Parts: sequence; C-alpha cells; structure tokens
Amino acid sequence: MAERDEPTGALVRPYAVTRGRTRPKLDIAIEALVETTVRGRAANSRPGGAHGQEQQYISTLCDGRLQSLAEIAARMQLPLGVARVIVADMAADGLVAVYEPTSLDENESVGTELLERVLSGLRRL
Amino acid sequence: MAVRPGRVTSAKIVIAGGFGVGKTTLVGSVSEITPLTTEAIMTSAGVGVDDTRNVPGKTTTTVAMDFGRISIDRDLILYLFGTPGQTRFWFMWDELVRGAIGAVVMVDTRRLADCFAAIDFFEHRRLPYLVAINCFDGVQYHNADDVREALAISSDVPVVSCDARSRESTKNVLISLVEYVLSMRRTRATAPA
Ligand SMILES: Nc1nc2c(ncn2[C@@H]2O[C@H](COP(=O)(O)OP(=O)(O)OP(=O)(O)O)[C@@H](O)[C@H]2O)c(=O)[nH]1
Ligand SMILES: [Mg+2]
Repeated sequence: MAERDEPTGALVRPYAVTRGRTRPKLDIAIEALVETTVRGRAANSRPGGAHGQEQQYISTLCDGRLQSLAEIAARMQLPLGVARVIVADMAADGLVAVYEPTSLDENESVGTELLERVLSGLRRL
Repeated sequence: MAVRPGRVTSAKIVIAGGFGVGKTTLVGSVSEITPLTTEAIMTSAGVGVDDTRNVPGKTTTTVAMDFGRISIDRDLILYLFGTPGQTRFWFMWDELVRGAIGAVVMVDTRRLADCFAAIDFFEHRRLPYLVAINCFDGVQYHNADDVREALAISSDVPVVSCDARSRESTKNVLISLVEYVLSMRRTRATAPA
C-alpha cells in the first residue's frame, strides 16, 4: 500500500514539549487510533491556531489518515509517554479524535466478532 | 463498547522471542508500512511504566520496540508489536500485552532456551500464544512435537513452522493464532459452569 507524503520528522527535546508534564489528560492505548478533526484541520491552517509545531505535525500526520499513538511517537521520534501527553491535550481541545481499541473481554460477542473480522481480513491478505 | 460497522478501532498482536530470532523480519513481511520503532521509558522498579518522572534512587530504562500495521478493513487496523530481543525489560511493559489478541513466540530450534522467558511471561499473564518455529534456511532441526516437549507447553498450544521472510508464511502464523484464540473462546463458552 503506497504511503502518502509524510511531514518530515521533527526532532525535539522530549520533555520540553510537554512543559515537564508526564501525566496525560487521557489514558491512550499504544494502538489507539488518532484522526484530525475538522476543528483540528481548521486550527492547523490558521496562523497561531495549533499550539506549537508538535501539534501542527500531528494535525498534518493524522489528517484523513488514521495513525496509532505508536506511529505518531515513532514518526516524531518522541517517547511514547510524551506523545501521549500531546495527543491527550489535542483530544481535550477537540483537535483530534481518539479511537480506542475494542476490548476483547468486556463483551464476549463483541470480542468474538472483532476476532472474526481480523481472521477474515488476514485470510484476504 | 460495541463494534458497530463504521466504528473505527484497532487490535494488536505481540511478536516475542529471543535475540535475532526473526521478529522484525516477520513483522516486516506482512506490514503495509516499513516497520517503525518507538520507545518507552520505564523505571527499574517496574512501576509507573512509561512514566518519565525522575524519581531519585530509581534508574530509568528505554525500551525500543518495532511494529508494523495491517489494515484489516476500512475501520479496523491490526498492529504487530515486536518485543526487543536483547533486553528483559519489556516484561515490565504492561501496556504492551494489555488488550492484545495474543502473542506469537518465535523460536530458533538451535537456541530453544531463548524463548523460555517469553513463554513464562505469557502463561503468567494468561495471554494466548502460539509457538512459531522460524526455519532458518528452510531447515527445521527439530519437529513440532520435540519442541512442544522441550518447552513443556500444554498440548493445545499450537506449534507451527514458518519462514519469517515470507509474507504468505507469516500470514498463516497470524491466522493460526487468531483461530486458536477463537477456538479457546468457544471452548470456554460451552464449558459447563
Ligand atoms: N535465512 C533466514 N534468515 C532470517 C530469517 N528470519 C530472519 N533472518 C535473518 O536473521 C537476522 C535477525 O532477524 P531479525 O528479524 O532482525 O530478528 P529480531 O528477532 O527482530 O532481532 P532482535 O530485534 O535484535 O532481537 C536478520 O539478518 C534476518 O535477515 C529466516 O527465516 N531465514
Ligand atoms: Mg528486531
């Protein structure tokens, strides 16, 4: 599958970008999916709309393209914990939507249905 | 939360095994992206995993792991997370296994003992796993039954062979794992209370 143009990697001093905060506003799984919202896209194109280059980077990366927290951290060369703080801030501001993984155990039939979907997807590969 | 069609969601499978056993190769053979690497920072005490606070007296360790991605359908993405082979610290990485479908434990039959720690860990965490014998150069030095016996694993744990470089082979390993997880759920559902 062809990848679209990626914004070039931003190398930043990790904990400076969260102003030293290590507790995210929202616990986000490593495989949770992130997508830029309409509001996030608008903020990104408005001067001063996005807070800092990290938020801008994430807004661009996840615009129309689902990316996991792990992918965001990897592409930004940031530790997972730092990326989580930034994404949680953006989610709190409505700039991104975060889609959590489906629990396999919370509801038996929901979990089984998801596994069957994964299985048929793998068979189609 | 229900999986309505159109609800975007993800799932993950953990790929574990000893140093150099072929984890990254396996991930790369089916991934739609070049495998990426991400890092988590952990304290030596194993608490506050991925917590970056500088607690005096605790050392922090960085654990890097690589992962790949498979779009199952428009709204469901499967991630494969390969554990680092060289450090034991990933065993403290709780969130790596939390919510995972299951794990693939890769073994090189010339260095069987390398996978003991991973098997112990998944059994302890009750995460379903299968054993995939990576046949380097197409040579399988021991058959599946020998491996099962040597690892002292229960008879229902699948032991399969694979070529980590082959997309088709890796795909079959993943299919075997998901089939196994589904069959365990069915057994559990029909078991008398
Ligand atoms: N001949 C052969 N070589 C393989 C196979 N799988 C992996 N290799 C090679 O073995 C080496 C190690 O493979 P990796 O995929 O990097 O192993 P790994 O488990 O990710 O290693 P670490 O992350 O360092 O623990 C590489 O040079 C691969 O090209 C295989 O099935 N056959
Ligand atoms: Mg590797």
